[in-house]
Amino acid sequence: MQDDRELLLGLYRQMVLIRRFEEASAKAYSQGKIGGFLHLYIGQEGCAVGALAALEAKDYVVTTYRDHAQALIRGTSARACMAELFGKVTGCSKGLGGSMHFFDADNHMLGGYGIVGGHVPIAAGAAFASKYRGDGGVAVCFFGEGSATIGAFSEALALAALWKLPIVFICENNEYSMGTPLSRSLSVADVSQKALAVGMERDAFSCGDVLAVRDRVAVAVKRAREQSLPTLIEARTYRYRGHSMSDPGKYRTPDEIEERKKSDPILNAETQLRAMGVSDAELEKINASVEAEVEDCVRFAEESAEPDESLIEAFNYA
Amino acid sequence: MRELRYREALREAMAEEMERDERVFIMGEEVGHYQGAYKVTEGLLARFGERRVIDTPIAEEGFAGIAIGAAMVGLRPIVEFMTWNFSAVAFDQILSNAAKLRQMSGGQFKVPIVFRGPNGAAKQTASQHSHAMETFYAQIPGVKVFMPATVADAKAMMKAAIRDDNPVLIFEDERLYGLKGEVPDGDVVAEFGVSQVRREGEDVTIATWGKMLWQCLDAAEQLAKGGPSCEVIDLRSLRPMDHETVVRSVRKTGRLVVVHETWPYGGPGAELVDRVQREAFDALDAPVLRCTGRDASMAYNKKLEDLTIPDAKTVLAAVRAVMSY
Ligand SMILES: Cc1ncc(C[n+]2csc(CCOP(=O)(O)OP(=O)(O)O)c2C)c(N)n1
Repeated sequence: MQDDRELLLGLYRQMVLIRRFEEASAKAYSQGKIGGFLHLYIGQEGCAVGALAALEAKDYVVTTYRDHAQALIRGTSARACMAELFGKVTGCSKGLGGSMHFFDADNHMLGGYGIVGGHVPIAAGAAFASKYRGDGGVAVCFFGEGSATIGAFSEALALAALWKLPIVFICENNEYSMGTPLSRSLSVADVSQKALAVGMERDAFSCGDVLAVRDRVAVAVKRAREQSLPTLIEARTYRYRGHSMSDPGKYRTPDEIEERKKSDPILNAETQLRAMGVSDAELEKINASVEAEVEDCVRFAEESAEPDESLIEAFNYA
Repeated sequence: MRELRYREALREAMAEEMERDERVFIMGEEVGHYQGAYKVTEGLLARFGERRVIDTPIAEEGFAGIAIGAAMVGLRPIVEFMTWNFSAVAFDQILSNAAKLRQMSGGQFKVPIVFRGPNGAAKQTASQHSHAMETFYAQIPGVKVFMPATVADAKAMMKAAIRDDNPVLIFEDERLYGLKGEVPDGDVVAEFGVSQVRREGEDVTIATWGKMLWQCLDAAEQLAKGGPSCEVIDLRSLRPMDHETVVRSVRKTGRLVVVHETWPYGGPGAELVDRVQREAFDALDAPVLRCTGRDASMAYNKKLEDLTIPDAKTVLAAVRAVMSY
């Protein structure tokens, strides 16, 4: 129980950090300090925070353009993340990648990718390498349900099953791919059914309870690590904001969003923590420290230098 | 004449052709209920219904192939790529099927299909979302490639593309969608392979296509005050490509700068240079220069992005270089 309390406090802080970080980035975007596309994870925090709590440092993480959370959880500093959004050379991809392309080799964050589904085989490739080396590493790949209709997704699944790769595929099903609801994008209700065709283990759950997410993903990670077998998970979740900052999200009703906010992972965690005896003062303290961290990272991003012109060509080849 | 925005001109052309021909339909991501990711297809679902304005899941290879199959047996699809970057996923369908079917069936099948969408760098969309893809497609025999730079061309080229019996690729531009311009009344249909002189000049020819036309016209305008007089040619159609208009111009000016957004390595710009040096070698007073996107992947940082693609300033520098040769 004490263990759960400490664990949940840590996961709670991660979720709050992601949310406050992204609220600050939305503000900076509206002030013109961040450009390009900005896809927010707000509402979905329970998924990545729970899932990545089941990983070890040697494991690999690959995700989509909606990638801020995964980097922050893996240990990329809020400073390096915010500086990347500001296009500064101190950013985690030196200001070359932007919001959609957070990379952090030290923390085995293999990146955020912009082409829907194109990264799913990349994750399987990291799993392949772990198996090849026999180092016991596992890869976790996040993607939206929009990826499930892309060929690269099906091919990656087929090969991961055939070659018994140590990987966990996590479909973050937030019910919409851009403006398209599930009913118009998928012929099945549950993405995990895609595992059946390739004989892969599967699981499906929702992400309101971060500890439960951790536990379910841990089962799949164990299967990958100990038996070198892949799993396809459908993690039901919901994004509160538009697809990106340029999407007003007119395809959903305010009622629907309010309804979904009732299973907010952060609120749920607060309720659980209180039940475990955590005081308001303790929660306050966490929130205050997150706010200080976010303020600091915005200041850092603002004060950092832009990349030099020489970086246009510098990294096109090794 | 009426003034329209570029996106409205595209939409009007599609709507008119859908009225004209029951076989024409639109398919793509978010083209219907969402009204188009860039609002090009706004209102078309309400007007033509779900049978003819079809929202697809994210499955470019699948729906491009489905549209090609439907075209083989008599329909006339318009396929929207949310951006041309994502057409890479469907590249094989265009390269190996759409472009080849007529030839490999010995002329038994034709593929009357339009692939369209925004192309090139938008604004800080970074490495994977900033490709000027026309450079790949213009190399393929069996397809035609239109690059509308003006509002009138947006409409006339769309109509020509829909009526043509071959795969026609239209490379639009997010940064042009809001552009206003005059559109002639009536049923104006563009010709393939006709370049157009957009500004007359005496001293140097600038040949370009797509969005870069506006950077070139800007540079020519700046040079008008005291600098060399520039003739600006809009190639408009990259395949077939009308280099003869450029050759005629070079016979007058003796100098040529080719400007394009995409990478310098190969592509339609290099093709044009090759044709001009062969056909107007005697008329050239200087080597042909190109002002192109840098030979690098696109950075997110705004300053670096601006430095990666040509603008009026780099066009000016290229013009000065070719003049001082
Ligand atoms: C191959 C490809 N097609 C289209 C797009 C444009 N696009 C980017 S995100 C997106 C929706 C993806 O939705 P989903 O997979 O559900 O993930 P979510 O954004 O909801 O996390 C689309 C259509 C793209 N990036 N790549």
